[in-house]
Amino acid sequence: MSSSNPLRDPADRRLPRIAGPSGLVIFGVTGDLSRKKLMPAVYDLANRGLLPPGFSLVGFARREWQHEDFAAEVHDAVKEHARTPFREEVWQQLIQGMRFVQGTFDDDDAFERLRGTIEELDKAQGTGGNFAFYLSVPPRSFPVVIQQLKKHGLADQTRGSWRRAVIEKPFGHDLKSAEELNKVVHEVFAPDQVFRIDHYLGKETVQNILALRFANTMFEPIWNRSFVDHVQITMAEDIGIGGRAGYYDGIGAARDVIQNHLLQLMALTAMEEPASFDADALAAEKTKVLGAVRLPKDLGKDTVRGQYAEGWQGGEKVIGYLQEDGIDPKSKTDTYAAIKVGVDNRRWAGVPFYLRAGKRLGRRVTEIAVVFQRAPHSPFDTTATEELGQNAIVIRVQPDEGVTVRFGSKVPGTSMEIRDVSMDFAYGESFTESSPEAYERLILDVLLGDSNLFPRTEEVELSWKILDPIEHHWDKHGKPAQYPAGTWGPVEADEMLERDGRSWRRP
Amino acid sequence: MKIDLTDTTASKINKALVKGRRAIGTPAVGMVLTLVIVTDEENAYDALKAANDASREHPSRTLVVIRRVSRSPRDRTKSRLDAEVRVGADAGTGETVVLRLYGEVADHAQSVVLPLLLPDAPVVVWWPVDAPLDPANDPLGALAQRRVTDTYAAEQPVRELSARADTYAPGDTDLSWTRITPWRSMLAAALDQVVCEVKGVEVEGEEFNPSCELLAMWLADRLDVPVRRSLSSGPGLTAVRLDTDHGSIALDRADGTVATLSIEGQPDRAVALKRRDTAELIAEELRRLDPDDTYASALRFGVDRLHAQSTALRERGTGELTATPGESAAATKERAAGKAPVPAPPPGKKAAK
Repeated sequence: MSSSNPLRDPADRRLPRIAGPSGLVIFGVTGDLSRKKLMPAVYDLANRGLLPPGFSLVGFARREWQHEDFAAEVHDAVKEHARTPFREEVWQQLIQGMRFVQGTFDDDDAFERLRGTIEELDKAQGTGGNFAFYLSVPPRSFPVVIQQLKKHGLADQTRGSWRRAVIEKPFGHDLKSAEELNKVVHEVFAPDQVFRIDHYLGKETVQNILALRFANTMFEPIWNRSFVDHVQITMAEDIGIGGRAGYYDGIGAARDVIQNHLLQLMALTAMEEPASFDADALAAEKTKVLGAVRLPKDLGKDTVRGQYAEGWQGGEKVIGYLQEDGIDPKSKTDTYAAIKVGVDNRRWAGVPFYLRAGKRLGRRVTEIAVVFQRAPHSPFDTTATEELGQNAIVIRVQPDEGVTVRFGSKVPGTSMEIRDVSMDFAYGESFTESSPEAYERLILDVLLGDSNLFPRTEEVELSWKILDPIEHHWDKHGKPAQYPAGTWGPVEADEMLERDGRSWRRP
Repeated sequence: MKIDLTDTTASKINKALVKGRRAIGTPAVGMVLTLVIVTDEENAYDALKAANDASREHPSRTLVVIRRVSRSPRDRTKSRLDAEVRVGADAGTGETVVLRLYGEVADHAQSVVLPLLLPDAPVVVWWPVDAPLDPANDPLGALAQRRVTDTYAAEQPVRELSARADTYAPGDTDLSWTRITPWRSMLAAALDQVVCEVKGVEVEGEEFNPSCELLAMWLADRLDVPVRRSLSSGPGLTAVRLDTDHGSIALDRADGTVATLSIEGQPDRAVALKRRDTAELIAEELRRLDPDDTYASALRFGVDRLHAQSTALRERGTGELTATPGESAAATKERAAGKAPVPAPPPGKKAAK
């Protein structure tokens, strides 16, 4: 398209990538995700001038709304959650393409109405038949919505137009269910028209892992077993399960977070350099490294799960997991999970990757810490280096996005004393204060058909292959260790690293 | 915090910057560039405010160079440098030094600025008003990777555009060009939607607005068709009409905020095309610091050539935008020779002067 357009020129880098004529249909539009993330992201995109003229947004939900009610709801969501300032003229542009379709997922009439709406939008707004269906719905509703889309011809691509499906995690709860889900989706949508949202991959900091590793010369030479001692990837939340008991119980931290976010972060950290930055080359390298992941021999020793117990979190008294509303007091669901894995290739042989995720931990933080070996020989005597830890490069994914490099430095004074200092690069300091939200980037990529930042079927299935044996082991053996809310997890996790002569970073 | 220094030097200013940073407890500097604003006292406040707003996106050290007017021969021989150092909350997300130059030193501003540039970081010079005729060879401009002028603020904007074209050096850019990015991206998006051949273009906007000329020249340069520049009472750009073999495409903005995009055979659509404030323009300008080749080639198309074309089109009758095949071929040939056609009397009074 762009090659035939004389106004497009690759050298003209001021012109943003604007999505072609298209619309977005959100199922489950009354949900939290839609209100807090999707609608504001759509507005922010419009405000940045990245949406095509005539872009249309269709909401589908059970609620008895008129188009105006829907528009009012989006208006409120945008005002409250959008990143960029509210501008009336942008809003006026968006509102013309807003429609609401009322109905349940098994309601054939509603899907017929949806089809009518889409056809009407093609005429009124010039969307050209290009629609993405965002399934912000509980996993059990996936198959029915997908089938309805097929039944009513909504997934049919005609005359050069496209229809895409956007699905959110969880992508199943084990390998088998993931394969089933993939089958259901791929029956209706071609694999390259299915976009799995892992919002972590839309984050600037995560994309920066690739820039940091492959655009620089100073990191890659030491990014291997000769210099790296181990890698810790942490995703900690300070909140409990809140109102998500129904979803969370029986799923747990490992399935909820490790299977997708953490393993993706690990893949980006450990993978080899892709031949290019296109979707296929990236997926090939990620798949390779996920395929090389090796589980520890003794799962009982090298994995730990926990449940938060009553405790004090940041000055607030909070209840334990088993006391939460709607949770079975005998639940064995993990709210904390730590696992140790290896990567069987030349670069990483013998370097453990420790992954941990949990709720009600010390604070909300996600980071990747690459911890280096100690200097093989130190000319300083031991008292001088007593306070010196291991060098580390820490990629802070959120919050306070940035990169920290930790190394030893002489303490000013007459005696030789070396202590850890850190050198810091903060996004907020060096770049825009308002980096685009992950969802902005991802929604735009869906509309552009750019699948770089979306995990593929193979990646999802490989991740389940890694996690399934662990979940299986946990099912059979023991029960989660309890840890007081507001701490950094159960003592068992600390012991797990101690056995290796290491310790968890306090992020 | 603010530190005032009178009758000072660059090294004292550097010390004050370090002291200021220590005092507020942030010795780390994550600033990505030095922005030098060269202005007079009258425009300094607005320019600095825009720069501070933009610094939220691009943390920078901002140096405001104000040349004070000397009113007597005695003043002229005495030279003095006063500085106001602002760090922390008073300076957006970076640091600001307002430099006031009196007397002789006003002609040697680069000697003050050079020691205050951030190490290893790009330098951008911005003249909100009174830009030098040859920015790249200006002593301050020579320090910079990027030189930002604003022909909109010039006394004779269109004539100034010709001057810019004559002295263009990679790294030059103009806020009048920045202003039309949303228009350009919307027009490009419109042509993404229809596969067609453009035969003629009309760009309509207020007089003395160089953005209209730049947009017209960009279109003429990219599309290689005759472009007519016509006048309206504004605000700013008001419309662009493309005459294509699939009917007409028009982007119409009467009120300076919302435009209507009409493509033949498709429903009209409203698009937000608000005129942006200076802070946003500067923020966009600082996003890329490499030479803007598209600007260069639009600028080099030549205002005179544009106006000549425009006049020719007008004389042939207003309704018809399409050029005859012969004429179009001639235009191409001239372009290949890199020369503007012999100018027929340009229509704009300003340009004629």
